[in-house]
Parts: sequence; structure tokens; C-alpha cells
Amino acid sequence: MCLAIPGEIVELLADNDQLALVDVVGVKRRINVGLLDGVDLRAGDWVLIHVGFAMSKVDEREAAEALSMLETMGQAFTDELQAVAHSSIE
Amino acid sequence: MRFVDEFRDPDLAEMLGARITALCEPGRHYKIMEVCGGHTHTIYRYGVQDYLPDDIELVHGPGCPVCVIPMGRVDDAIAIAERADVILTCFGDMMRVPGGNGSFVDATARGADIRMVYSPLDALRIARQNPDREVVFYAIGFETTAPSTALTVMRAKAAGIRNFSVFCNHVTIIPAIKAILDSPDLRLDAFIGPGHVSTVIGCRPYEFIARDHGKPLVCAGFEPLDLLQSVFMIMTQFAEGRSEVENQYGRVVRWDGNLTALKVLADVFALRPYFEWRGLGSISHSALRMSDRYGDFDAELRFKVPGVRVADPKACQCGEVLKGVLKPWECKVFGTACTPEMPIGTCMVSSEGACAAYYNFGQYAKQRVHLEV
Repeated sequence: MCLAIPGEIVELLADNDQLALVDVVGVKRRINVGLLDGVDLRAGDWVLIHVGFAMSKVDEREAAEALSMLETMGQAFTDELQAVAHSSIE
Repeated sequence: MRFVDEFRDPDLAEMLGARITALCEPGRHYKIMEVCGGHTHTIYRYGVQDYLPDDIELVHGPGCPVCVIPMGRVDDAIAIAERADVILTCFGDMMRVPGGNGSFVDATARGADIRMVYSPLDALRIARQNPDREVVFYAIGFETTAPSTALTVMRAKAAGIRNFSVFCNHVTIIPAIKAILDSPDLRLDAFIGPGHVSTVIGCRPYEFIARDHGKPLVCAGFEPLDLLQSVFMIMTQFAEGRSEVENQYGRVVRWDGNLTALKVLADVFALRPYFEWRGLGSISHSALRMSDRYGDFDAELRFKVPGVRVADPKACQCGEVLKGVLKPWECKVFGTACTPEMPIGTCMVSSEGACAAYYNFGQYAKQRVHLEV
């Protein structure tokens, strides 16, 4: 649960000021971006996601590094991605 | 993946290792503690210690939130979950943490409704979908995770969702570091500061460590070269007679942290006078409860919680491992009575626990070095 997974913002959801649709390793899920209040976020930006919340905006390079690091974690990362796949944030 | 290669480049690692070695004062032994479970993982996964001279010892600290949950807090939550009207929700890592009366997995087998969630917001959705049930979120984590719980509770309040509450076990990193600095068991020279926690709290809260205790602290990223670079920055401080807080992970961590996150933390939570940590005992002002303004969402107030206190198992030496006094493999039950499949102690449960990280990767790192020699 301590992992921060990179995701690419697909769309900021117009009907809820705190939600965004992101692509996390090919899976599209809604996340909360309320902790990045005041940060300029647009489709195509990368964020580090922790328990369904964007923690920080990062560049594509940092996102690639974080992802590659997570891939070395084996089961822990597989479990986390499975948890993300079952997530449905409103 | 062209970006990544340079962060794992063995030649660069060798070069940094040589520069670090050159900074060592002859005859001096340096103990550097990393307080973040993610760093512990990288150290074992990539054999970071192998690039360092023998005089520099990396010591693992209490930075795994699953590992510091005392058994009584598991038993208390099970007591709530055994009520027929309750759905208890938690992160997957918590399911196998042993309490005095078994784990959440055992409680589920006895009929309790305990569900794994990815996010506290998933717990809130379950509350929405089950208006006739009480949905309790078992919150764990340092300052990295606590703002997520806080925003979730704020949303619950705004939406008027009454059947949702939080069993709060959020802990704060600074008092834990203070407790370790005050511990007579251990002489530390410097700290590698946590990555994700510092994203929230920034670098300022660590300044007393450098100023009052004379120990450098460098906030670090999670790549093997990030950690080597941080050790290099610490050793440079020693060589130049400095003791400061520095930020190696500037590409993510801001000096002042995340002000929005800090604001919601201050709004939703209040400091507990003390909190019991597994292995470390009671530490004052080291954990969060719901603030009075959000008291309606406090599961401990909503349900009669037994307030169970259970001594840590005698055979288990998680406390010594969490304080860095023992290495995982020096624990009496490591890898024999205590394994990731059948954990006795919490350090073996979470993949970020020092014992599980060493069990899964440590031996491989040693083999790899052996092959290279």
C-alpha cells in the first residue's frame, strides 16, 4: 500500500472538481486529484498515485523510472495493480 | 526505458562507491539509517550495500506502516468487524497481520465481513452502496497516506454519508525518529530521509535532527543510484564538517511539502497524547485520531472498542529490527518459524518490511555479488 504508481491523466472530469480519469499501466481508472489543488493539471500530464489519490505531478521521465522500479517488485506490484483494477472511485 | 538505465548503471554505481570510499575517515564506522520501507526494498533488491565500503553500514528503520501496528489494534478492529451490521474495509497488506486473536483473514473465516480496498474512497463507495450497514475503514500509514483518509472523510461529511467511519491508526514519522534518537541501544551517524512522506511534510520538520542532534539527513529517491547519491551527500557533509538537511529527491519532494495535504491533515485529525507502536512501545504524540470537528466519523467513539493491549510475541524481535538494532537475519525466528507465508512478526508480513524484503531479495543479492567475484 506504500507504493506510488505513475498514471497519465486522460481527462479531468467536468462533473466533479476532484476527480480525473487516468491510465495506469493500460487500465483506465478514476482517481482523486484534490491534494494537487492549485497545480496546473491537464490531459497528458503524469502523476504519482497513492491509494487512489494523486500525490505529485511528475515529468514523463520520472514516471518511467517509477514504473520500471515497481516492475522489479514482483508480487507486491502485481497485487497493487490488481487492487487498482478493482477500484471504483466516485 | 532509456531514461531509467542511467539510474541503474553499474559503472556509475561503482564510481559513486569509490568516491564515497574516498570520503571515509580511516578507522571510523558509519551507521546510516533509512527510515522508509521503500528504500529498504531497493537496498536489498539491488544490493546497494555491496557498492559501499565495509565502514558504512545501512541500518533499517521503522518506516513500514504495516509493521508498526500493535496486536491490540488488530484485535480491537476484529471486535468491531464481528458485529453483524459492520463491514470492515482495509488495505490488502493488513489482512495477514497477526493480532492476539488471529488476523483479519482468520476473522473472515469465522464469519466477519472484512473487505480489501485499494483506496479509502472505495470504502466510502461501499458505504454508499450499503446504507443499512456500518462501513468502517481501517486506516494505516504515515503522512503519505493520512491526507487520503482525510479527504475521504471530508467528502463523506460533505455528502452526508452517516454510515461511514474510520478506525484511525495513522502515525507520524518525526516522533518515531525522535524515539530512535533517544534510544540507548543504537548509535546512528546520519539518516536517509523518506521519499513519499517528505512529498507531504517537506524537509523542514527534519531540521532538528541536523541542528540539535548533529546528524545529517538527506531525503532520497527510490532508485539505487538515488540512495548511493544520498550516501555520497551525507559523507560529503561529514568531510566538510557540516550537519544539514538536504534534498536529493528534488524532482518530486518540495522543501515545504504539500501545503494542501498539510492543511487537510490539520483539519481532520488531532494528535493522540500517545500511541503504542509494535516493538517500539508507547511514543508520545506519535499518532493521529479524528479531530473533534470530525468526531462523528471516529469508529472508536461510534463503537465500543475494547482497547485491547497485547504484548508482542516473545519469540519475535521485530522491535529490535524496527529500531535497526538487529538485522533481519539476526532474529531468532527469521526464515524458520517466521516466513512471509506464516509470519509471526509484522516485519515479515508487508513486502516493505525489512524481514520480508531480505527474505525475498537479500539472499539473491549476496549470490549475485558472489558470482561477480
